[in-house]
Amino acid sequence: MATSKVTAANFDEVVLKSSTPVLVDFWAEWCGPCRAIGPILEDISNEYGDKLTIVKLNTDEESAIAIKYGVTSIPMLNVYVNGEVVKTIIGAKPKPALLKELEAFI
Amino acid sequence: MIRDLVIVGSGPAGYTAAIYASRAQLNPVQYEGSVTAGGALMTTTEVENFPGFVDGVMGPVLMEDMRKQAARFGTELITDDVVEIDLKGEIKTVKDGSGNVVQARAVILAMGSAYKKIGLANEDRLSGRGVSWCATCDGFFFRDQVIAVVGGGDSAVEEATFLTKFASKVVLIHRRDSLRASKIMADRALNHPKIEMLWNTEVVDILGAEKVSGLALKNTVTGELSERDFTGLFVAIGHIPRSELIIGQIDLDNEGYVKVEARSTRTNLPGVFACGDLVDHTYRQAITAAGSGCQAALDAEKFLSH
Repeated sequence: MATSKVTAANFDEVVLKSSTPVLVDFWAEWCGPCRAIGPILEDISNEYGDKLTIVKLNTDEESAIAIKYGVTSIPMLNVYVNGEVVKTIIGAKPKPALLKELEAFI
Repeated sequence: MIRDLVIVGSGPAGYTAAIYASRAQLNPVQYEGSVTAGGALMTTTEVENFPGFVDGVMGPVLMEDMRKQAARFGTELITDDVVEIDLKGEIKTVKDGSGNVVQARAVILAMGSAYKKIGLANEDRLSGRGVSWCATCDGFFFRDQVIAVVGGGDSAVEEATFLTKFASKVVLIHRRDSLRASKIMADRALNHPKIEMLWNTEVVDILGAEKVSGLALKNTVTGELSERDFTGLFVAIGHIPRSELIIGQIDLDNEGYVKVEARSTRTNLPGVFACGDLVDHTYRQAITAAGSGCQAALDAEKFLSH
């Protein structure tokens, strides 16, 4: 399943109230490393989307949420389970390294 | 299948080597790296000194265009990391993160360089929690805050100047009493109303429990220690060559840069050529990297024709 976009309007419903783990990719258009991991997250979503939902949050458009979750560095990937952040990955990493970090959820 | 040429790395050096090699019908395969594709220019903003771009060009756009140009002549681009390189023997072997193996008669090494860390215990712990190596990625999150940049070269000055767009104040911390940066960039920083210079100063510790709250500083002349509040620290103290996969196989200098025969890109191993920041601790410019990438392709072409 492809990744989808999340905004302030649907963040509660899509992320916090989800019954399965959700990975939020905090990213921005101008961030090179964010663009580099974009296709990798797309791949992971296609392969493991049934277990882990992957959504993208544009920090330029949704700065309030980014600030709420203390984002100071992007790309930042937060995994939410039952509305709580259970895992934070900061910085671009190759696919094998990301899969290893996400082992518990996929 | 044994190929003619494999290129490892994808900055201006790697892409230029690929453009020349593919135009010369060497059918190169190029490993771009999974998250490092495009190299150091991917985290820069405007490049003002690349010849031919009168009004400047964004670093990532320049790299995307070089990539397209390499693809246009038939370079096989692989967006994955190389995890093993074997340079022994006539046939060189490169293994990638997905387990694929490429064999070739010639290799061009263009792995570039990585950010140097200060080497403080708290640096990794607070990385992404106020400590950053990428002003263009993270500056946005320090709006109206007081942040520090450590370093004295072009990249430190560029980052400090860029960060003034967001920060209320940027303090540039340098262990000497003058900047190494080029004059035009140094002047821009020195005359900037939001930039304060902290000369002869070293960062000795990064403070903060959950995120950066300040820095412990030491005056390099008097030895005096002090603390100062900051919410962010941007590290721009230079680079280290990314030669980790080839240590012990090829001649490196004391700092880990690949040694090449003067006025060429030939290493001590036949069929192995090196270019870009991996060999260069002097110039380190996009244009010099591109130039050496061109040389590497021509050197490889000559080697393969014998």
